[in-house]
Amino acid sequence: MTIEKDSALDPVTLTVIQNGLQQVCNEMDLAFSRSAFSPVISEANDRSDGIYHRDTGDLIAQGDLGLPVFVGTMQDSTKAVLAKIAAGDTAPPEDGDIYIVNDPYLGGTHLMDVRFVMPFFHEGTLFAWLANTGHWPDIGGAVPGGFSANATEVEQEGLRLPPVKLFKRGKMDPEIYAIIMSNIRIADQRIGDVKAQAAALTVGARRLTAMIERYGKTTVDEAIVELRERAARRMRAKIATIPNGVYKGEAFVDSDGVVDEPLRIALTITKQGEELTFDLSGSSPPCLGPMNSVIATTRSSIYLAMKHIFPEVPINAGTFEPLKIEDPEGTFLYARYPRPVSGCAAEVSQRIAEAVFSALVQAIPDRVTAAPAGTSGNFALGGFDPERGRAFVMYQISGGGYGGNADHDGLTNGCSTIGISKTPPIEVTEQIYPVLFDRYALREGSGGAGAKRGGFGVDYKVTLRRGEARASFVMDHGRVGPPGAKGGAEGAANRVTVIREGQPFTPEHLSKDQGIAIKAGDSVAVSTPGGGGFGHPFDRPVELVERDLRRSYYSLDQAEALFGVVADPETREVDTAATMLQRSKKRP
Amino acid sequence: MSGKIVGVDVGGTFTDLILLGEGGGEDGGQVSIAKVPSTTDNQAFGVMAALEAASEAAGATLSEIESIVHGTTTTTNALLERKISKVGLITTEGFRDVLELGRRTRPQPYGMFGSFEPLIERDLRLEVPERMDADGQVLTALDEAAVVAACEALLARGAETLVIHFLHAYRNPAHELRAREIAQEIWPNPYITLGHAIVSEFREYERGTTAAVNAAVQPILDRYIARLRGELGDRGYGHDLLVMQGNGGTVSSRIVTEEAVKTVMSGPASGVMAAAATARQAGIANAITYDMGGTSSDVALVRDGVPQVSSELELEYGIPIHVPMVDVHTIGAGGGSIARIDEAGLLQVGPESAGALPGPICYGRGGARPTITDANLLLGRLDPEKLLSVDRPVSFDQLRETFERELGEPLGLSADAAAAAVLRVANTKMAGAIRMVSLARGHDPRDFALFAFGGAGPLHAAALARELSIPRVVIPARPGITNAIGCVVADARHDYVRTLNQPLGLVDMDQVTAIFDAQIAEGHATLEREDIAVEKVVTLHSADMQFQGQTHILTIPLPGRRLSRTELEGLFAKAYWERFAVELPEIRPVLVNLNTAVIGHRKTVGVEALSDDTLRGTSLKDSFIGERQVWFEDGWRATPIHAREALPADAAFPGPAIVRQMDTTVVIPPDATLSQDGHGNLILTLNRAGSERTGG
Repeated sequence: MTIEKDSALDPVTLTVIQNGLQQVCNEMDLAFSRSAFSPVISEANDRSDGIYHRDTGDLIAQGDLGLPVFVGTMQDSTKAVLAKIAAGDTAPPEDGDIYIVNDPYLGGTHLMDVRFVMPFFHEGTLFAWLANTGHWPDIGGAVPGGFSANATEVEQEGLRLPPVKLFKRGKMDPEIYAIIMSNIRIADQRIGDVKAQAAALTVGARRLTAMIERYGKTTVDEAIVELRERAARRMRAKIATIPNGVYKGEAFVDSDGVVDEPLRIALTITKQGEELTFDLSGSSPPCLGPMNSVIATTRSSIYLAMKHIFPEVPINAGTFEPLKIEDPEGTFLYARYPRPVSGCAAEVSQRIAEAVFSALVQAIPDRVTAAPAGTSGNFALGGFDPERGRAFVMYQISGGGYGGNADHDGLTNGCSTIGISKTPPIEVTEQIYPVLFDRYALREGSGGAGAKRGGFGVDYKVTLRRGEARASFVMDHGRVGPPGAKGGAEGAANRVTVIREGQPFTPEHLSKDQGIAIKAGDSVAVSTPGGGGFGHPFDRPVELVERDLRRSYYSLDQAEALFGVVADPETREVDTAATMLQRSKKRP
Repeated sequence: MSGKIVGVDVGGTFTDLILLGEGGGEDGGQVSIAKVPSTTDNQAFGVMAALEAASEAAGATLSEIESIVHGTTTTTNALLERKISKVGLITTEGFRDVLELGRRTRPQPYGMFGSFEPLIERDLRLEVPERMDADGQVLTALDEAAVVAACEALLARGAETLVIHFLHAYRNPAHELRAREIAQEIWPNPYITLGHAIVSEFREYERGTTAAVNAAVQPILDRYIARLRGELGDRGYGHDLLVMQGNGGTVSSRIVTEEAVKTVMSGPASGVMAAAATARQAGIANAITYDMGGTSSDVALVRDGVPQVSSELELEYGIPIHVPMVDVHTIGAGGGSIARIDEAGLLQVGPESAGALPGPICYGRGGARPTITDANLLLGRLDPEKLLSVDRPVSFDQLRETFERELGEPLGLSADAAAAAVLRVANTKMAGAIRMVSLARGHDPRDFALFAFGGAGPLHAAALARELSIPRVVIPARPGITNAIGCVVADARHDYVRTLNQPLGLVDMDQVTAIFDAQIAEGHATLEREDIAVEKVVTLHSADMQFQGQTHILTIPLPGRRLSRTELEGLFAKAYWERFAVELPEIRPVLVNLNTAVIGHRKTVGVEALSDDTLRGTSLKDSFIGERQVWFEDGWRATPIHAREALPADAAFPGPAIVRQMDTTVVIPPDATLSQDGHGNLILTLNRAGSERTGG
């Protein structure tokens, strides 16, 4: 029997090729994170890999293990690279080339997310593009790590790279590499990430070659076209389960880090037939500080929210087709050069997703939760360790409570909506940096009350042991907690306190600040948000409130005030009669 | 003493037992096998029933048995069903919630639903003042009165077992040791687990959870083993009972409870041990083991005859178990995986499964959705007679009708073609999942054999091997009782891990040797305490390493306990290149952990004995039991069916063919050739491995 090259496409081969393309991407994801250097990539999985259409840059398949916020963004950056090539601004592709690009305005997120884009040739002709994104721990700019809380133009945020060939015909260009390395911190370790990021694309090329040789170029090509159409069909079928109507959602970013005023995301979703239209035009205008979002990130935030709601739908360009996103011109969700954007991938994206959840929880309450904590909880501490004689930059990210939902209470200390990253162990952080944790605890009372309550946030305090350092924060939900749904209460708001010489200090912008000087013995305390509650708290079964009391999740006062449950101060046993009275009296 | 050996494994459905006669089978001693239903409430009943059945068949009494090796799912099931003991925790002030907070994750990348309950409830987690720093320096002295008060409070709240888990105890265990001394005065039983004692490795959540798992299952395992030992003693068994561990080695039942966590996941591990031993005896160094069951399949990698071991397994979401275990990966596809058409009109197989209940349609237990097993039946790969042997038989026509309606019509295919499509999609998907956990980690498939067992493994093995470009398939003599065989071939094994976490350039290489020596001494002491018959003691050393700045580690097998820095650096660079194809002379390597496995080799059991030669025929006529239509990639083929036990010793023939035996069915596609290796294994050689599409 011979290989049936160029055969007509049948529906079974279509599934087989779908699985095959997915497999290529998953193997790229695996190769990238296993050999990457930066813990942000290897441990936090802050990376993504995909295959893109040769002419349009449309997404063909994306790895299952990629960071959610990259859903769909790389198709925008690949399209931008194609446009630059077409315009003659960038040299055309040759076999073995890899372009590097991190320009947020060219289909990006923030500067730290560095994309590698590789033309994939088969038998001498361009077949597709392979691309990946990795979050580099530093990209230069005003603060280590890149999350400048009060930058007012992108130049302060770091090195911005247009698409240039870092690899030419398989060889790295030492001159471009030298320019990059001269502009970023801890440059000596970046070679490891650069090699890992390139090697992942090579793995993808090898696997894709094997697939094409097996099924035939024409068949794979036809399958790609067909799969796009099928994915659209699948998303349409999901959308059809949402009742027709207009749903409004909103969310607030605490501030832009520069001007202490909330930024509003106003979202109107219109469900008609098998399409959803997303209108963000009522949102706040562009801001001075780094909380602007580039359009690619705005779009991908909506995509990832929909993927959270319908996780079973595969990701490719077709999936996004029935999601009509109107360009929110004139708002902070459509940032243009030189607006600073470092906060868009980590924080604004989560607020956009929250707005989508808050709109759709009204329509399909069985598929959507109340609002999750929705902040990455970035805390960076940069300083000098006199005992080891070296500079350091420590990052602590934090989770928070997830929203209660029709099925169960929200998860405690879940990771950010847009991420899948783990926090480093305390024992590792204390080994590497001159800090000591005083506590790392569940934040009592933080879960929003509800028939199904929100999950709990985290409450930690960390003390500098030696030398001096500067603390920076990029968090959110400091002004108001994550809202509840269907009568549930909001979760606790984020709280940051810096304790200097015994005196507590709260940053003016609550969840964002930069360069707060601290000395040995000073501490930073962070309490992260709890999730929103779902359903009226008085509908929470009394025995569950009693269990929550036994676990000290809530105080006696909170049990009474929030859940209408009265318990004995000594035994913590519920007084059934008093509870019934309390619940009937207070309930409207 | 006559030296009979028993291996007995309790699985989800059946308890399997193998009894080997004198000489451990080397001289063709008698082999008896028993398969009885597992008794879930008390596994000892099933074990005793199996033992009686096999010894009756062998005409042996329990007093003639020299050793019994037992694989039990008692601890795994207790954890999965959360039927665990009430555990109390004493921990560093400020950190009692570490075990509830975890590492900030969610159960799946997409979807904001999901929940998690820690193994120890919050009101049973108490704090005491004490603190070490990362260098093991005491910052706050242990408050001994607080330990007393905590113990009393936990007992008052009904805690049965105790975990003492302090930050940085892997670096300096003094406070944990002292707290145990204090607790021992008060605690009414010996169930006290110290965090650093199970695994002396940094990472407070993983180490603490591992300790909590240990405490959660300790009394349960203890009671079970005591009952079983009692039963065995009553029937005249006077020797030691050995228990399988997740690392693929055995431990004496007298000390197994101390580190009960190590018995978790021991079932899949013993299957891999059997596979490794069988492959080794057959001269095969590298194998991918594939055990396909009803709801899932287990995959593991054997390199140079040794199963890969990992210390980073996760039992389920939020329950990492960081003790060295055979690195078995579970793939969510099995015979019961359901095929359906999705909203996009595409055929999908799994991840939904019909499980054992209702099970595939053909089981006649009310299953109504088409599964992989049903497809195998429709296509003649499974014996259609099977349809008749169930409680409420489903007719072939009903089955065909379901495939046509559910899958065929939407796809524009006949029922048969739809069933063929199910197998094709299932095989590519399973092959992809196998790749991710094995070959995609830097191995060349041409160096491997696919070792297939479990009820359904041999049905799919040839197709999977072709998909993976693996040139040959090995099917052992008794694919249905592999775990029980793993029990009889396993060695006594004890693993030790010690965290160093220093740049290699600063490591004192004499200290490395000293650590290895201490680990060896501890292993020998444990073997002595177990007091079981071992022929020779072997030690394996490895180092977990990484480049400075990385967070994941690579385990490097070491040639011995003493080596130079340059040697170690070279081994790491080589291993890193093999795994990632990246060279990084620019960056400094770090030595993270030092590991030692102390292995007490028990008497070698020859796997040849497992095949029963008494029924062997002299020509293929003797094994031929009929012919039926079987679907292959190029359509239906009249296919001869052979009985495995009657195959002539030298039989070798090309496919298509089916070889049937009590516990499995082997499919030999037209492009594969069957042969036998003289060790009781069937070998399928793929004529053009990896060069064409998947068949069935």
